[in-house]
Amino acid sequence: MSEWKMLTLVGKDKPGIVAKITSVLYEAGAQMGEASMMRLGGNFTIMLMVKSEHGITQLSDLIQSVVSELNLTFHFQDIEADLFHHEIPDTCVTVYGADRAGIVAKVTSAMAEAGFNITDLESDMAGTEEESIYIMQIEGNASKGQDVVEKALKDVINDGIHVEVSTIDTLIG
Amino acid sequence: MALLDILKYPDERLKQESVEVEAIDDELKTFIADLEETMRAGPGGVGIAAPQVGNFIRVAIVDVSAKPKIKNNGCMILINPEINTWEGMKKGREGCMSVPDYTGNVIRAEKITMTALNLDGEKVDYTCEGYEARAVQHELDHLDGKLFLDRLVSRRTDLFQRKVYK
Repeated sequence: MSEWKMLTLVGKDKPGIVAKITSVLYEAGAQMGEASMMRLGGNFTIMLMVKSEHGITQLSDLIQSVVSELNLTFHFQDIEADLFHHEIPDTCVTVYGADRAGIVAKVTSAMAEAGFNITDLESDMAGTEEESIYIMQIEGNASKGQDVVEKALKDVINDGIHVEVSTIDTLIG
Repeated sequence: MALLDILKYPDERLKQESVEVEAIDDELKTFIADLEETMRAGPGGVGIAAPQVGNFIRVAIVDVSAKPKIKNNGCMILINPEINTWEGMKKGREGCMSVPDYTGNVIRAEKITMTALNLDGEKVDYTCEGYEARAVQHELDHLDGKLFLDRLVSRRTDLFQRKVYK
């Protein structure tokens, strides 16, 4: 059993979710690691690294009452932490256009084929219900080079979808 | 010549303001040579500020000339530097030898003009653009006790920054 767990938690957004969940864990002696918490649609989502000597069953019991009160769904799993080894992304791909089926699948498949490893992806639906637009920001490493990614994307992009591939030139000062 | 130890945050000394250099003497020149060596030994190695090695004087070095296809002024030894003008804004990714294993987005001026003393005590005017301007602003922030962590913006900010409208 590893010390680190990943907590995945989803529910209709309301104030206090983060505070209540993290307080219960903290009071039980757990330590928080890296997290990504975000509102997707009207749902609040949490991916949170938790370090604790308690096992998954105990941790689940600990947060159960808060989770029930807030009407959330969650899952704990054992993970390898691998902290302090952040990969520095070298490429950013921005995609936007009228929302249509298959944008994500086509774009990311082409990128995977072109040797692109995604470290981070955020996407939003904007516009209106009648006319929605899809906006996606992807970061990662182009192992076969940025030009290979650009070329691969050119082949899958239809009219009305805009793709921009740019270098992330990280300055270490 | 000697490699100097880099202070790492949460060392609170990184948050303190540095004082102006009063005399450019041999002691300072030796220190600056060591500072440059330390900068070049680091990952990336395009800039360093004196407070990063625990010397709280207004001295920084920026040299982006090793990066391909970037406008630059060569190796700039900056003593008591002052930025005079700022133009444009651009988001870019930064990391810091004093903040290992983290990079984040920061908005900086795209073009700056600056005056600083060189090793001979002469006032030199510089114009810096793009990556070099970013490096200068990052290093000069250290002299005021500011880290790039103080200027982080989210990825979602300035979404279409690179789009050129014609």
